[in-house]
Amino acid sequence: MKMYLNSIIADPERLDRLVEIAQSSLLPMLEGAILYTIPLTLITFVLGLILAVLTALARISKIRILQIIARIYVSAIRGTPLLVQLFIIFYGLPTIGLTIDPFPSAIIGFSLNIGAYASEVIRAAILSIPKGQWEAGYSIGMSYTQAMRRIILPQASRVSVPPLSNTFISLIKDTSLASLILVTEMFRRAQEIAATNYEFLLLYSEAAILYWIICFILSIGQGRLEARLDRYTEK
Amino acid sequence: MISIEGLTKSFDQLEVLKGIDLSVEKGQVVVVIGPSGSGKTTLLRCLNILEAPTSGVVSIGGKTLDFSHRVSNREIAEFRRQTGMVFQSYNLFPHKTALENVMEGPLVVKKEDREAVRKKAEAILAKVGLGYKIDYYPFQLSGGQQQRVGIARALAMEPNVMLFDEPTSALDPELVGEVLKVMKDLAKEGMTMVVVTHEMRFAKEVANEVIFMEDGVVVEKGKPEQIFVAPKEERTKQFLRMIQ
Repeated sequence: MKMYLNSIIADPERLDRLVEIAQSSLLPMLEGAILYTIPLTLITFVLGLILAVLTALARISKIRILQIIARIYVSAIRGTPLLVQLFIIFYGLPTIGLTIDPFPSAIIGFSLNIGAYASEVIRAAILSIPKGQWEAGYSIGMSYTQAMRRIILPQASRVSVPPLSNTFISLIKDTSLASLILVTEMFRRAQEIAATNYEFLLLYSEAAILYWIICFILSIGQGRLEARLDRYTEK
Repeated sequence: MISIEGLTKSFDQLEVLKGIDLSVEKGQVVVVIGPSGSGKTTLLRCLNILEAPTSGVVSIGGKTLDFSHRVSNREIAEFRRQTGMVFQSYNLFPHKTALENVMEGPLVVKKEDREAVRKKAEAILAKVGLGYKIDYYPFQLSGGQQQRVGIARALAMEPNVMLFDEPTSALDPELVGEVLKVMKDLAKEGMTMVVVTHEMRFAKEVANEVIFMEDGVVVEKGKPEQIFVAPKEERTKQFLRMIQ
């Protein structure tokens, strides 16, 4: 640490060079964020949530085979590392003739992941809604599907926002793993630039700060969403 | 309007209803009383199949369900439309305003026109004395107001029969009156009602028939003046002594 700082102080040209690198790398990294990191996060989160709701519904359904499929899916995804899953999809599947480009591979891998983790959150949220809400729905003639869609899921979604926000924030950061299957997202850009000038500390720190800023902005969005969903509960 | 024959209900080994026969004429108000655990709430919940009877035949309006064989979910949903239910703990939809609570059934289940439903819902809320609270969420309403929204929600489906499951038991004493008043008005209009309650005053004033249940059977039934003044069965006498 001391040596690093001394080397910068002792050599004004080095400082200039670092500033230069930090500035010139900012644009490619932001480009990586805007073209890949953020779209990957958003698309994956939406697809993952759809998958999660379906999985949660399957797990609480009375149809045994659906329950079993959902359980196996959740168990397999949660029981294996995300990086391994990504490698199977991108590097493994071509072996059986299934070649998928980096970005779609990442979308598939992350969506399957979010689907499994978020399904547990959503399932718990659905089960947390009092039985009386179901009965009230049934008593005005609703079917299971109508009660689920109109009464239970809207309330369950309120309950699941804080834990799902955690999943979302984790996802933003996890997208950096996509760099390992050749998606030129933000962290991959940092790696590429660092490979040419060996300023690892600078570039990876810069990447860290950019992730932090993105997460910060998105967590403001979370606060607003919670406030909106809170309008029908006692303050 | 309602007829029940040989209704039984068991939860695992526990037999809660042991063969109930009952009939209710159109426009009648039947009040079911009895100690807790007597099966009166279960009986009420069997009328709209929130509990599926173990055996027996339940008829409401023109529709009949025979539980000696399997009954499909579709048949049950169809059957339920005959009844409206008011719950002890209101069970309003917390994410919907009073008006939306009342509109939900006609809109989603009957798929009626939104504007027409809105007018109807506003009229019903006005009828239960909440015309000025239609845009409030349940958490902004008192217990008595919530229960009146509950009644309005059930009425919006235009049921043949209204079922009340201890509608005032969760209320502070000073709020009981406003709910009972709405129920009395309904009775006057000729609504067929089955009411499980501990409000003996209501039973005396409004009921056409009082049913006393204990241990899953109907011990005694009759006009309120008979049941309350001259009960025939020893168990009925004991119960009435205990609550007075």
